[in-house]
Amino acid sequence: MDADFIAQILFSAIKTGTPLLFIALGEVICEKSGVLNLGQEGMMLMGAVVGFLAAYSTGNMAFGVLAAMAMGCVMSLIFGVLVLHLGANQVATGLALTIFGTGLSAFVGSDFVGKTIQGFNPIPIPYLSSIPYLGKILFEHDLLVYLSFIMTVLIMYVTNKTRLGLTLKAVGENPNAANAIGIKVLRVRYLAIMFGGAMTGIAGAYMSLVYTPMWAENMTAGRGWIALALVVFASWRVGRIMLGAYLFGLASIMHLVLQGFGWTISTNLLAMLPYVATVFVMVIISADKFKEKLLAPRSLGKPFDPRHMA
Amino acid sequence: MMRIQARTQPSQLMTFVSPLLAIALTLIFGCILFSALDKNPIEALHVLLITPLSDGYNVGEMLVKMCPLLLCAVGLSLCYRANMWNIGAEGQLLAGALGGSAVALAFGDSTSALALPLTLLAGVASGVAWSAVPTYLKLRFNSNLILTTIMFNYIAFYLLVWAVNGPLRDPDGYGFPESAMFSDQTMLPILVAGTRIHLGILLSLLSAVVAWFILSKTHLGFQVRVFGSDEPAATYAGFSSKKLSWFVMLLAGALAGLAGVCEVTGPIGQLVPNVSPGYGYSAIIVAYLGRLHPLGAIIAAIFLAVLYMGGDLAQIQMNIPTAVIGMFQGVLLFFLLACDFFIRNRLVFTHQATA
Repeated sequence: MDADFIAQILFSAIKTGTPLLFIALGEVICEKSGVLNLGQEGMMLMGAVVGFLAAYSTGNMAFGVLAAMAMGCVMSLIFGVLVLHLGANQVATGLALTIFGTGLSAFVGSDFVGKTIQGFNPIPIPYLSSIPYLGKILFEHDLLVYLSFIMTVLIMYVTNKTRLGLTLKAVGENPNAANAIGIKVLRVRYLAIMFGGAMTGIAGAYMSLVYTPMWAENMTAGRGWIALALVVFASWRVGRIMLGAYLFGLASIMHLVLQGFGWTISTNLLAMLPYVATVFVMVIISADKFKEKLLAPRSLGKPFDPRHMA
Repeated sequence: MMRIQARTQPSQLMTFVSPLLAIALTLIFGCILFSALDKNPIEALHVLLITPLSDGYNVGEMLVKMCPLLLCAVGLSLCYRANMWNIGAEGQLLAGALGGSAVALAFGDSTSALALPLTLLAGVASGVAWSAVPTYLKLRFNSNLILTTIMFNYIAFYLLVWAVNGPLRDPDGYGFPESAMFSDQTMLPILVAGTRIHLGILLSLLSAVVAWFILSKTHLGFQVRVFGSDEPAATYAGFSSKKLSWFVMLLAGALAGLAGVCEVTGPIGQLVPNVSPGYGYSAIIVAYLGRLHPLGAIIAAIFLAVLYMGGDLAQIQMNIPTAVIGMFQGVLLFFLLACDFFIRNRLVFTHQATA
């Protein structure tokens, strides 16, 4: 157990936490607008399979990521039409999206199981990557990890410092009041949902192009759901989402850490760890009923029908 | 010109028409998809919907698939009526399969008459335990039930995989991740010779009838119904939300656990990693399609079971990937949610409109 080993573990925690970060960043925008999209797992799988197919057939990684983003948007639009225009229950529609995405991704990808691609190469950032330890942990990643850094800062800025962030908050906290001052509530919600879809698409592409450059059925293994818990864990705050994503990343690679201590535990038991950790965290975070009510966007999960406002 | 108008009362008629409309739309979607895949759509639909019902053996196989779907869906229907978003039927089913298998294997070749009852009981108890923890966490710590039950699905799956690779692995099984075959004493009796129709199927139908009775004829069921339709009224009437939540969740856990143990002691006969092809998730669709009504769930479970079996047949006979069925299930739920729009709204033609 030395400093190099710890740096290696933290490097891997960031890599493993990155897809969670992408999803949670997208979902937090969606939830701030008052919409709960439980379809993350399905959108992520579709992003993964479409990203892989696009990258595999064109040999262009960037095209794969763009295709995954577009797919995520399309999936989230189905969700958007159902919950925003047809007033369908958000929980049930989100579940439908996950069931649909799981089935469709397995169907679309059935001819591509077991094929591999080169994947994204890590790009060490000049100068920064030569900082002892910190360089190894933060600046020897691939492009998508850097993109996640940028998106975190960007979203933090937009939600806290701009008019756009305020509009989003108004729609999520009190859609009737937002509507009264002329904000197009449904339009804001559509855009927020689509942004979430695009981010989850990137997370899917990250799985099939970077994390394990291949496609396998259900390869996301519940990460979409863990990311949903992460948003609650972070109390809808962007900075905490980043920290939480890396903590979950660490929990997922615990077997590496334990091997470092010379322990060996069944990998199947260790595979439970991220899920157990999620339950554990949910309990700690939500135990204070008052606090959660205070922090959650007030109209979260509730439909808004502009016709009732006329 | 057409216009959409909110109904003052939800439409009773549309509540029943909506699932049929959704099924019809899903089949049209299927025809388009099969045509795009260069498969004859009529032939595909025939294999998917008619062949599973074509002879006694196929009907038996269809009923074998209906059993876990129905058991899970009956429990979920009650949960959703009481606003308990239990997505954990899959994990509770796996827990039931695991707990039941542990007891069945412990009996070994014993000829004790208690072997089967205790095995089933262990399955039910495991399902109950697997649903009790998230319920407790929700009621005591206010944690999100959807997310905890989903996490418990994954935990149950890895626990099961660990068990078939570890303590429950068949010592003479050449290292395959499977348990030994159960003895005849711990297997569910077959009801119709020449088929695989087992006692569990009867139990699943019975559970739907009992749940219907509880829901529509008892005070407890009345409370569940009031809770689902008007929570403030239920609270005003002094109904205990906690008690009802425990009741529906433990019942759902028991039924899903029974589904799991019936799978391993019925059609499978041993514990394997892939006990369930996602029955617990499909049961959510069954519950909705059956309008959260236990008797409706019977019809919906039969439909989904036909689809499952048709999917297997379509792969063998027409080389259509079975993953198509998962996609159909999602599409079906989408169409159902969309059609339900017309329970609360209606189309009006402007020249008739008075408003």
